[in-house]
Amino acid sequence: MRAVDRDDAELIAAIRRGDTASFEPLVQKYQPRIFATARRYARRESEVEDIVQEVFIKAFHKLDTYRGEAPFEHWLMRLAVRTCYDFLRGHQRNRETAFSDISAPESDWLERFATEPQAAPENAAAARELVDKVLSQLSPAGRLVITMLELEERSVKEIAALTGWSVPLVKVRAFRARAEMRKCLERMAKDKYV
Amino acid sequence: MDIEKLQTKLLAIARATPPDDRVPYAFEQRVMAHLRAAPRLDRWGLWANALWRAAMPCLGLVLLLGAWTLASSALNLGDPLGSALENTIFASVDTSGESW
Repeated sequence: MRAVDRDDAELIAAIRRGDTASFEPLVQKYQPRIFATARRYARRESEVEDIVQEVFIKAFHKLDTYRGEAPFEHWLMRLAVRTCYDFLRGHQRNRETAFSDISAPESDWLERFATEPQAAPENAAAARELVDKVLSQLSPAGRLVITMLELEERSVKEIAALTGWSVPLVKVRAFRARAEMRKCLERMAKDKYV
Repeated sequence: MDIEKLQTKLLAIARATPPDDRVPYAFEQRVMAHLRAAPRLDRWGLWANALWRAAMPCLGLVLLLGAWTLASSALNLGDPLGSALENTIFASVDTSGESW
């Protein structure tokens, strides 16, 4: 049986017995999902790699805390989300993007949306860049909640389980994050037209 | 500009373009190399280390106290604290009516 076909429970049991090499199949199996998650929160590929590496190193050292009540993937994703949140908190920059920081294609897309919302193309690279810029202006908690709620379409209960926040706290943060996003877009629109 | 519609449209665009899940070549080997290089935390070893380090100062303290006790009895300094305690306790006892 190839190492990568052994189920997670067997691999975890082996790691707990001191067989470090059994951790490699787990890394191979889950790294695509963790990379996709990290890429939602970091732009630079070097930062993405650092986040993913940190997730797996933490997972290895905290493996004793995995009780096996839920699938390993859920436990690992919880670790990944919290590591991404720590990354966002550690990399808070001045989030005030003046309209002058928006590129010409992004400005054109906004212009097109303002005149004819239906005609503004959804597959435009400029639109995707604009989304990234808006999300990067949210607070770390706001960005985390909006990403999981609106982009990954997770339920409030799932987000609470992943972040360790209570359900009411997730709801409050979601409400504030939407308001933050609206304020940011209003600022962009105001900067463009005033 | 309708901000609500703009927000909805931008979120829909972000939903429709999920991040890619490609992995750099041999990334898992990089993680494993890092794990092998870093020593695994040995909690019992840390405890044992700390106890051994505390053993010598404790032994020194015991020897010092022992030496002080021996020196006190050798100099026959008496037991001023002991007799003061005795006097305090018996002060409340009225022995005027008693005789040996």
